[in-house]
Amino acid sequence: MAEPAEVAFRGDLLTPRTRRWAGVLALIGLIGLWQVGSSTGALDPVLAPSPAEVWRALAGMARSGELWQHATASLGRLAGGFALGATAGIGFGLAIGLSSVVRSPGVALVSALFPVPKIALLPLFIIWFGIGEGSKVATIAFGSFFPTVVATYAAVDGVDRSLVRMGRAFGLSAGAIVRKIVLPGALPGILAGLRIAASIAIVLLVAAEMIGANRGIGALVLAAGNLMQSDRLIAGVVMLSVLGLCVAGVLGYAERRLTAWR
Amino acid sequence: MQLGAAHVSHRYGPLPVLDDVSLTVSTGEVVAIVGPSGCGKSTLLRILGGLERPSAGRAETAGAPPEGSLNPVTFVFQDFALLPWRSVAGNVRLGLEASGLPARRVDAMVADALGRTGLTDFATAWPRQLSGGMKQRVGIARALAVRPAILLMDEPLSALDAQTRALLMDDLVRLHAGGDIGSVYVTHNLDEAVRLADRVVVLSRRPGRVRAEIAITIPRTARRMDDPVLARHAAGLWDLIRDDAAAADRELADG
Repeated sequence: MAEPAEVAFRGDLLTPRTRRWAGVLALIGLIGLWQVGSSTGALDPVLAPSPAEVWRALAGMARSGELWQHATASLGRLAGGFALGATAGIGFGLAIGLSSVVRSPGVALVSALFPVPKIALLPLFIIWFGIGEGSKVATIAFGSFFPTVVATYAAVDGVDRSLVRMGRAFGLSAGAIVRKIVLPGALPGILAGLRIAASIAIVLLVAAEMIGANRGIGALVLAAGNLMQSDRLIAGVVMLSVLGLCVAGVLGYAERRLTAWR
Repeated sequence: MQLGAAHVSHRYGPLPVLDDVSLTVSTGEVVAIVGPSGCGKSTLLRILGGLERPSAGRAETAGAPPEGSLNPVTFVFQDFALLPWRSVAGNVRLGLEASGLPARRVDAMVADALGRTGLTDFATAWPRQLSGGMKQRVGIARALAVRPAILLMDEPLSALDAQTRALLMDDLVRLHAGGDIGSVYVTHNLDEAVRLADRVVVLSRRPGRVRAEIAITIPRTARRMDDPVLARHAAGLWDLIRDDAAAADRELADG
């Protein structure tokens, strides 16, 4: 054999690595650039207030208590609506996944209503439940309901049937099979659905608060916009970002705790 | 206790898979079922275990199950069918949870089943952490925990590599040495069949009929892998199956 040459390495395609510090750095860098732009006068202070001004607006609202008022109003609506919608959605999704009686009518109903942008129903909900909390919570609940239903019944359908057969072979009752095999097996899929439902719920929260509310982050953003208070407007957007991160964090924590076996 | 199939026939839609199959197994006895793929071996096992209703004939039991048996006819599955969200001990416990026995008694039964399968040190492990052989030991421990009289084993070693298979085969021989458990052992591996079974039932290709039933008289615990008598039995079985297996191999899946 001739002089051996090393085999060329070619196993390196599409293997990106996670670097947490790079993510943090990117955010800090963006805010830094923005601040530099404002300080040098490249950015108009009315159209795009500097990060420092946004921070001052936030701090001012925190001192006056306004920030907590808006935040708790939004959080209450979000939690109430999401809890209602997600609970009902999991229940209905299980019924579709488990019962021949519910399945076809249920899927037809969900298919017909899922594509409707739920915000279009807000005026109807205002007629039904009044301009106050009821219509907002109902809109958020309705919006979280559908993605949860779809994710839940798909997850139930995806549960390994050989596990169900095993449960029968070991003499488990139908109820025990649902509790011990179907529900835990469907849980990862249900949690993925809840993530989608939560992001939709936040969209609807803001939209509902923009249509008829004095308090809430959506109302804050809209009012600031009407008054050209762009620092308060962007402060509201920052609050929404933090809210979204917190919701995702809570759901992510639940997911890690509940599916530690994976 | 005895478990048997009485003139069982079965079809999936227009497709006949079993044709007038009768066999029995008693506690303390191992009956292997061999045959070409698609001959209805697994279907027969599910019918025996009550997981499927035969088109004709019936599965029947005779004699009382042993005292304290929670699930007299119990399965061991080819794909293990472990619950991935339960620990090893949690999986073994599954069949005992509805028994109404006091928790301490259940704990003792779980510990006993883990001990008999060499899993005591793995009680808290997740299934995903286990090798295939250990997973199937969990499947066997789960079956033992409910005190079965008859085990229905559906190719329990097929998903394992050859060396693990040999180790688990020794376990299975030991498991049946006590004489308090009988088994129906479905396999396509003729060496496994002659190593473990008192009787080997040969099914024809689809629709499965009983072509032959061969008794192996050497005591199970005295059998060695290189025993020439067993090798002759295996070769004889292969002579019975070969043409059917070749034909089944050339058949389209949807008939």
